[in-house]
Amino acid sequence: MVSGPRFEPSLIKNKVKREDVYRKRKKAKSQDKLQRRLAQAKLEANDPAAKQKRKSENVPHTLDNMREFDPSILTAELEASSSAVPLDVEGAPKTPEDPDPNAQPVNETAADIASDDFAAYFESVLDPTVPPKVLITTGFKATKVTYDFCDELSTIFPGAEFIRRKKGKGFEMGKIAMWAGARGYTNLCVVNEDQKKPNAIIVVHLPNGPTAYFKLTSIDNSKRIPGHAKATTHYPELVLNGFVTRLGHAVGRMFQTLFPPMPEFQGRQVVTLHNQRDFLFFRRHRYAFRSPEKVALQEIGPRFTLKLRWLTKGIPAVQHMGEPAKKLRFDTDEPNDQAPQVAEQVEKCEDAKGASRQLVQPPRQNEYLWIWKPELETTRRTFFL
Amino acid sequence: MQSDDVIWSVINQQFCSYKVKTQTQNFCRNEYNVSGLCNRQSCPLANSRYATVRETEGVLYLYVKTIERAHSPAHMWEKIKLSNNYMKALQQIDQELVYWPNFTVHKCKQRVTKITQYLLKMRRLRLRQQPKLVGVKKKLDRRDAVRERKALSAAHLEASIEKELLERLKSKAYGDAPLNVNESVWQAVLDRERKADKGLSQGEELEMEDDETDEELEEELEEEGWGEREYVSDLSEDEEDDMNERLTARMQGDGSDEQSDEEGSDENVDDEPKPSLGKRKAKSIPPKRQTGKKPKRGPRVEVEYEQDLETVPLTKQMLDSW
Repeated sequence: MVSGPRFEPSLIKNKVKREDVYRKRKKAKSQDKLQRRLAQAKLEANDPAAKQKRKSENVPHTLDNMREFDPSILTAELEASSSAVPLDVEGAPKTPEDPDPNAQPVNETAADIASDDFAAYFESVLDPTVPPKVLITTGFKATKVTYDFCDELSTIFPGAEFIRRKKGKGFEMGKIAMWAGARGYTNLCVVNEDQKKPNAIIVVHLPNGPTAYFKLTSIDNSKRIPGHAKATTHYPELVLNGFVTRLGHAVGRMFQTLFPPMPEFQGRQVVTLHNQRDFLFFRRHRYAFRSPEKVALQEIGPRFTLKLRWLTKGIPAVQHMGEPAKKLRFDTDEPNDQAPQVAEQVEKCEDAKGASRQLVQPPRQNEYLWIWKPELETTRRTFFL
Repeated sequence: MQSDDVIWSVINQQFCSYKVKTQTQNFCRNEYNVSGLCNRQSCPLANSRYATVRETEGVLYLYVKTIERAHSPAHMWEKIKLSNNYMKALQQIDQELVYWPNFTVHKCKQRVTKITQYLLKMRRLRLRQQPKLVGVKKKLDRRDAVRERKALSAAHLEASIEKELLERLKSKAYGDAPLNVNESVWQAVLDRERKADKGLSQGEELEMEDDETDEELEEELEEEGWGEREYVSDLSEDEEDDMNERLTARMQGDGSDEQSDEEGSDENVDDEPKPSLGKRKAKSIPPKRQTGKKPKRGPRVEVEYEQDLETVPLTKQMLDSW
């Protein structure tokens, strides 16, 4: 430390001297800091409680731990009971001590969650060794980048099948969902593209919905990840981190239904969907336990980020479902001509109904359960998942 | 006083507000123009005798103007509804415009054709579901990109995944004989657990995270506790469990394997029906255990099987000494 009266090095006129003094001061300062830290470390090595105390006192403020309270956040009791909800440290704000009047009763929520559209998967009605069938397709007029991405996607889900989107009328998403549902598919993924880049994924849970639209960004194919591992066909494990609210749980459960319920642990593959501030980070790794305290991870890829934009009830709407194309009304001379035509039409409709008895008809209008709008984000600390 | 030539000379040489001039030809913006071009024949202003076809909300009308009504602009155009039937509409034009110049009749028919075609196309397009176009909001996108970057750095993805995996390993979510863990590592995990149990049994206080683990440990404590009295049948524990399973299966009528398996293993008993995300517990593998352990009953003889690992060819000496 420079002793003596306090002065500013900038007042020194001589440049060489000024720089010299400045450097010395800086060095002394950093040395001082280092010494302090070393002393602290020495102290804490003997006394781990002190370290704990310091750490508990110096918690930095982050967006995550200052998050706005959302009444649909599943309360602490439920989190404790469902040990599988991995709440990270800076996940949800701790619920207040006094029970919030707006907070939902836990049992009701749990029952609600247990009886949602994904219940069939979780009640293990299905054979756990058979992977759920996932149909992957694109929007109209897809390009190579999107096809490549779809190929990668189909390596992720063990039961995935990629089929190119057919063009033209009659191949609306709702109709595809309807037919896929009747053919035993449990999920439909549609990759949308804009400006020749995939920009969104629509995930439809079959046969009864719901449908979720995710914005898709920062895609890294496996090839672009340096030192990536190669995937095997084993069913992966799942890690779903940070889904806290009801909406978040719905999304997490939906994602879970894309994978077989029983992982094959010998593959040592883990698929992660990590929710941080409503961004869902997708990663896939191979892991190896080196010791009880250490895991080695090697990324397999791909990487991408999702953000929920809307969630609708049911499968996607088809506006003119089942309507035959309206004919031009012609004035004809004989009024008798029209009668048989009408009769035929009625018969056709009945036929269609008979054939599609098992099919779940897509609705005419989408019924939105949740939709993102900029004005929903009243503060930067508001998160929905 | 109506004079077509005077009007046309003004329109042609001086000015017309409907005229659109381009480099190659002039167009007319008047709604009654039958061809859209600016010329003497198809000018609706400079012709006192004129006919055209217009469409309003899907219905075709033939508009006819004659010199007799030129003095009252309000009634100047005679509006005749045309049939929806294309052929009939053409016939109607023929009937209405008898003795009219061929040019007018022909152009009107052409217009009927064109309008019918575009009405058809409109109806067809209306039935097809078009993708919804959404505007690109650059500012929102940029903001989202920045937030994503910050969220990614706040997520500590690898650390959180590692933490979760270790938690699964320690909570024995991978079952009793995990396939994804090295034997030495698994042994270390088990050792550590045993040590923790011992520490607890000696009366050391350990902070427990959950009530559940507490209970579990207590149970284990009871099992291992010294001096405790227990009354046991001569069957081994495993067998007993199996028996119970069989009994319960018989009672319930359906042998649901999973449930009975979980009853068999200590760790997987609780928290099954609760909603869970992500974590899926491995089922323990009972058949292995059944084959591995046999009921200890009566005097036993240990039989040692010798196995020659090296296959040395038999020599004569060996054969002799045999």
